[in-house]
Amino acid sequence: MKKSWIILGVVGLLILFMVFSIMGSYNNMVTKDEAVTGAWSQVENVYQRRSDLIPNLVNTVKGYAAHERETLEGVVNARAKATSTTIDPSKLNAESIKQFAAAQDGLSSALSKLMVVVERYPDLKANQNFLELQAQLEGTENRITVERQKFNETAKDYNTYVRKFPRNIYAGMFGFEKKDYFEATSGAEVAPTVEF
Amino acid sequence: MKSIFLILLSILTFSHLKAQDCLLDQQPKQDLVQDYANIISDEDETFLRQKLIAFNDTTSTQIMVVTVTDLCGYDKADFTYTLGEKWGVGQKGKNNGIVIMVKPKEIDGRGDAFIAPGYGLEGVVPDAIAKRIVENEMIPYFKSKEYYFGIHQAVNVLMSLTSGEFTADQYAKPDFSKFIIPILFIILIFGIVFISTAKKAKDYSIGHNIPFWTAFMLMNNSGRSHGGSFGNFGSGSGSFGGGGFGGFGGGSFGGGGAGGSW
Repeated sequence: MKKSWIILGVVGLLILFMVFSIMGSYNNMVTKDEAVTGAWSQVENVYQRRSDLIPNLVNTVKGYAAHERETLEGVVNARAKATSTTIDPSKLNAESIKQFAAAQDGLSSALSKLMVVVERYPDLKANQNFLELQAQLEGTENRITVERQKFNETAKDYNTYVRKFPRNIYAGMFGFEKKDYFEATSGAEVAPTVEF
Repeated sequence: MKSIFLILLSILTFSHLKAQDCLLDQQPKQDLVQDYANIISDEDETFLRQKLIAFNDTTSTQIMVVTVTDLCGYDKADFTYTLGEKWGVGQKGKNNGIVIMVKPKEIDGRGDAFIAPGYGLEGVVPDAIAKRIVENEMIPYFKSKEYYFGIHQAVNVLMSLTSGEFTADQYAKPDFSKFIIPILFIILIFGIVFISTAKKAKDYSIGHNIPFWTAFMLMNNSGRSHGGSFGNFGSGSGSFGGGGFGGFGGGSFGGGGAGGSW
């Protein structure tokens, strides 16, 4: 009689311990999951910032280099495409990240083409407004690098947490999946060449 | 045999030095003026340091001036904001740090300067403004090798831009929520001591025919060995003021800022 009570007590304690450990893990997973979502919205934020700079940039360049129509149109079109590609942060996966990156990379390459073209216009390069826009654009590119890096770091933190034993079991139970990283797209590792 | 050992040793020390060479890999040095390129005279350095410390004390905004000889293969922008982020210039949560980096031209024929504001100051020091400061306040002086003057000008402009943004009082105010648990604990201990003494005093007063409160006082006096042990409450976290720099606060950098070359 007494023995069975002890066993019952031990089992009860074990169950209590399990429940607490699952609860703690679950809450931590939610926190880390939210951190990844937050980091992603920062990534979108800085890309948006770049898109916002472009109309101003295009107008300034137009004033000096109106007959570079093709390049300017390329930038405008790429911007339209990039702003129309957005991802729901709760549905982040390799596929959607890839789509987003592809659209943004289109804009990056259109912009770098424009920057090569403007080299031919000394008046434009001396324009104060243009110089400041250029500084803002460079700053934004830096911000993009930083936010992408931070996103990958938070995603890595989340993944390491979720995939470790015994949390991988709880993660499977509650549907916390591994997050995908924002990889450098093919061609990004090769620095663009400038031809004159 | 001995020579091989010597060669090995020199290689080891050299590679060790090489790895230590890059500022980004080093432990943060808690100093607002770090002149590794030796372009600021000692007097000016002291003056600038005092000025920056005073600014930190009043506004909590940390402006760090660093002159380097090597960017470790990084881009000037990348180097500057990575340094700020790694060392945590600015206060945590406010992210109000600024790093001013100068690499003089004498080293490899290319001078680089960069101003990187932390997240919290990107609003008051946008990239275009940072660019203007570098182009108008710094580079003209740097070209004529008046490094200190250019840096000082830039610091002045940055101070006037950021002075209204943050104040130190919200930083210096002690956080009372941190003290609640210790205070409750102390009350609990006093309560227990009170109850146990009271119990003893009750027994005593019954046995000796003196009033309860008198016995209670007597008991307290006889056991008076504490007191003063809680005297140094609230005097912690006071490393500021008095000319010293309290250290970087863990601010974060988002890659903003601008620079120039000459």
